[in-house]
Amino acid sequence: MNPAEIRFEGVTVRYGGVQRNAVTDISLEVSGGELVVLLGPSGCGKSTLLRTVNRLVPLQSGRVLVDGTDVAQLDPVELRRSVGYVIQAVGLFANMTVAQNVGVVPSLLAWTRADIDTRIDELLRLIGLDPATYRNRRPSALSGGEAQRIGVARAIAARPRALLMDEPFGAVDVVVRTALQRELIRIVSELRTTTLFVTHDVDEAFRLADRIVVMRDGHIEQAGAPFDVFQAPATAYVRQLVHAGDDVYLQYYMRTRELLRAT
Amino acid sequence: MTYLTTHPWRVAALAGSHLELVTVALAVAFVVALPLGVLAARRPGLAPWLLGTLGAIYTIPSLALLAVFVEVFGLGFAPIFVALVVYAQFMLARSVAAGIAGIEHAQVDAARGLGMSAAQVLWRVEFPQALPVVIGGIRVAAIAMIAIATLGGYVGGVGLGVLIFNGLTLHQNAMIVAGSVAASALAIAVDAVLRLTERLLAD
Repeated sequence: MNPAEIRFEGVTVRYGGVQRNAVTDISLEVSGGELVVLLGPSGCGKSTLLRTVNRLVPLQSGRVLVDGTDVAQLDPVELRRSVGYVIQAVGLFANMTVAQNVGVVPSLLAWTRADIDTRIDELLRLIGLDPATYRNRRPSALSGGEAQRIGVARAIAARPRALLMDEPFGAVDVVVRTALQRELIRIVSELRTTTLFVTHDVDEAFRLADRIVVMRDGHIEQAGAPFDVFQAPATAYVRQLVHAGDDVYLQYYMRTRELLRAT
Repeated sequence: MTYLTTHPWRVAALAGSHLELVTVALAVAFVVALPLGVLAARRPGLAPWLLGTLGAIYTIPSLALLAVFVEVFGLGFAPIFVALVVYAQFMLARSVAAGIAGIEHAQVDAARGLGMSAAQVLWRVEFPQALPVVIGGIRVAAIAMIAIATLGGYVGGVGLGVLIFNGLTLHQNAMIVAGSVAASALAIAVDAVLRLTERLLAD
C-alpha cells in the first residue's frame, strides 16, 4: 500500500469529566513515508493526538485526514486494520501463539491460510526471530525485547499505509532499545510506511525522527527537522528540553543517529 | 443403602432427570448471565448495582424463592426451573465479569487498535482468557443448583428430591438416604469433571 499522508486540522480533544483539553487546536501535516516523532512530557497530549488517527479517541472539533479522507467518514474497524498500532505494554494476546498474534490482522482481513503463513515467516525473519523456534511460542515465554519485536511485526503484518507507535520501546532496557531502534529504522526505510512515533525520550527522538514535533500542554511548541529544532529552538521550553547551544549534546545526537543507520 | 440396591433403576432414572433439570437450567442461566457479566465488566459504574441486585437475589433462601415461583407458575417443572435460573445469575454473571476484568488492558487496547470489532475483541481475546474463571463460576453454580434442585421433588415431582420427600412422607429412611447419597454423588462427580476442565483450560 502507498504510504499515507496524514493531516491534522485544528484538532481538539477533551476527555469526558475533565475540565482541560488534552489536545487544543493542533494542525500538522505528515507526508507519505515520513517518520515523525511526537516528543513531550507525560500528559502533553502526544498519545492522545496519535490515537485520533485510528479513532481510538474522539475529537471535540477539527478533522484528521488520511490521504485526504476525513477518518470520521471511515468505518473505524476498517480504518484500524489499515493502520498499524504498537503500544508500550505490547499487548500480545496471551491466548494465542506468536504466529497467531502476528497473523491476527491478515486473518481479520480474511487472507488465505497459505498467504498468512507465508507472511508470518517473512515477518519473523524480518525482525530477526527464527520462525521454526518462535512460531508456536506463547507470549508468556518471550523476553521483553522479543515481545516488542513481535508487537511491531503484528502491526505491519497486513502492510498498513501508516504506523502508529506509542512509546513502543519505553519498557525495554537500553541495549535492547538501541537494537529495536536500529531495526525500526531499517524496517520503515524499507517499507516506506508513514510513521508517527510517540516518546518522551529526547535522545530517541533525535535518533529516529525525520521531523520532531515538540508538544506541551496539548499544543505544539515546535515542529521541524531534528537539527533545525536544535539550532533554532522556537521557545524557551524547547531550548531547555533539547539542551540547545550545548555542543556536547549536538555531537552526541549526531553521532548516535549516524550509528543507528550504519550497517 | 438398601433402597439403592433394591431399586437401582428408579434411583438412576431420578438422578438422570435431576441432572437434566440442572443442565438445562444451567445452560439457560448462562445465556442470560453472559451478557449481564459482559455489561458489568464494560460499565464499572453499573457493576456494583447489577451484581448487587443479583447478589441480593442470591441471598434469598432457596425455599422462599421457590415459593414465590410456585405462586406464579403453579406446581410442576416451571417453578423449580425458573428458581434455578434466577438463583445462578449471581455466581455466573460475577465470574464472567471477573474473568473479563482480569485481562490486561493493553491486550484490549491492542485488539481494538488493530481493528477488531467489539464482538471480535470479546470472542477472540477476552472470552478465551476469561474461560478458566468462568468455568470456576459454572462449577460453583452447578453444585449449588444440584442441591437446590432436590426441592424439585417437592414442587414438581422431578429429580432425586422425589425420593427424599416421598421418604419423609412415608417414613422410609432408606429412600431418604438413597436420594441424599445420590444427590451428593452427583454433586461430587460434576465438581470433579469441571475442576478437571478448569485445570486443562488454565494450561
